[in-house]
Amino acid sequence: MSTRMVEVRAKVLKQNDLLARALREKFSASGVCVIGLVSSPGSGKTAFLEKLLAGLAESHRVAALVGDLATENDAARLKRATPNVKQITTGTVCHLDAQMVEAALESWPLDSMDFLFIENVGNLVCPSSYDLGEELRFVLLSATEGEDKPLKYPTIFNSSDIAILTKMDLAEAADFDVALARRNIESVRPGMRIFEVSAKTGRGISEVFDFLDAQLAHSRKSLAEPQTKTVS
Amino acid sequence: MHELSIAISMIDQIIEESDSRGGLDVETVHLRLGVFSGLDKQALLFSYGLVCEGTPLEGSRLVIETIPLIVYCPMCKKDTAPPSVYQICCPDCLTPTEKIVSGREIEVASLEVAA
Repeated sequence: MSTRMVEVRAKVLKQNDLLARALREKFSASGVCVIGLVSSPGSGKTAFLEKLLAGLAESHRVAALVGDLATENDAARLKRATPNVKQITTGTVCHLDAQMVEAALESWPLDSMDFLFIENVGNLVCPSSYDLGEELRFVLLSATEGEDKPLKYPTIFNSSDIAILTKMDLAEAADFDVALARRNIESVRPGMRIFEVSAKTGRGISEVFDFLDAQLAHSRKSLAEPQTKTVS
Repeated sequence: MHELSIAISMIDQIIEESDSRGGLDVETVHLRLGVFSGLDKQALLFSYGLVCEGTPLEGSRLVIETIPLIVYCPMCKKDTAPPSVYQICCPDCLTPTEKIVSGREIEVASLEVAA
């Protein structure tokens, strides 16, 4: 039997990408700075986020969405810092997608937020395929995981914007070679900005606050610019 | 392991495409898969077979073309393949580069259908 070719040329994740783009526009229009967090399980996303939320909540309106396969444990932890926390339980799904984020945000007033953090499911593979509409994606690497994680999981490191080295209080005990970890990150994502933090001792957290403040000012500025142009 | 989720999205998309063209008898699906897509070829082939069952695509074949990682070197001013997926730099002058030209594709290229 003869066959014929039908050209399609369509991205498989087109629906997710379109939804993520719509979310990004909505976040931008509402003036909320949205940060995604990805890492392997147990690298300290929630502890880092607890620190960020507690510190930022003093002067900013903060909120968080947190993804896990099961339990509401992380949301309960984060609620100690702010009541604006929602847990997304994915069941068996190993990543968040744009639709889950959109559904979780329904009835949440975006324009009453300065920062929204989206903590992905702990996984260094699958989240890399799904754009969630965030402005920046932070990838976390803990001192106890080994310096070569970026080389083993280049896709997620390359598709992230900022690297956070966590549990730095354990670096010495774990024989963690910071310079090597930095070189490996640079190798898979040239030019990536790297912060070294410890949620336990508070080391490096204020640098992240300063960065986020500047980022918020930057996003608000780009929000204001079109209006300024119309006026002038 | 999110190949199953990807296979489901892919099949939904092909069925939609087929319906919009009045129903196609799809024999082969050609997929372009970048080495930097975060997906495993074998796992995707396996998932495809599972997800097709009970759909109009049951019995169809998935053919995957692997797309290499290509970056742009700002020094040599050319597209080039980096030494590896974990050394994102120019293979000639070793300049690191942020610019990924291709390698992230997860794209249905074409369908072979019964004429």
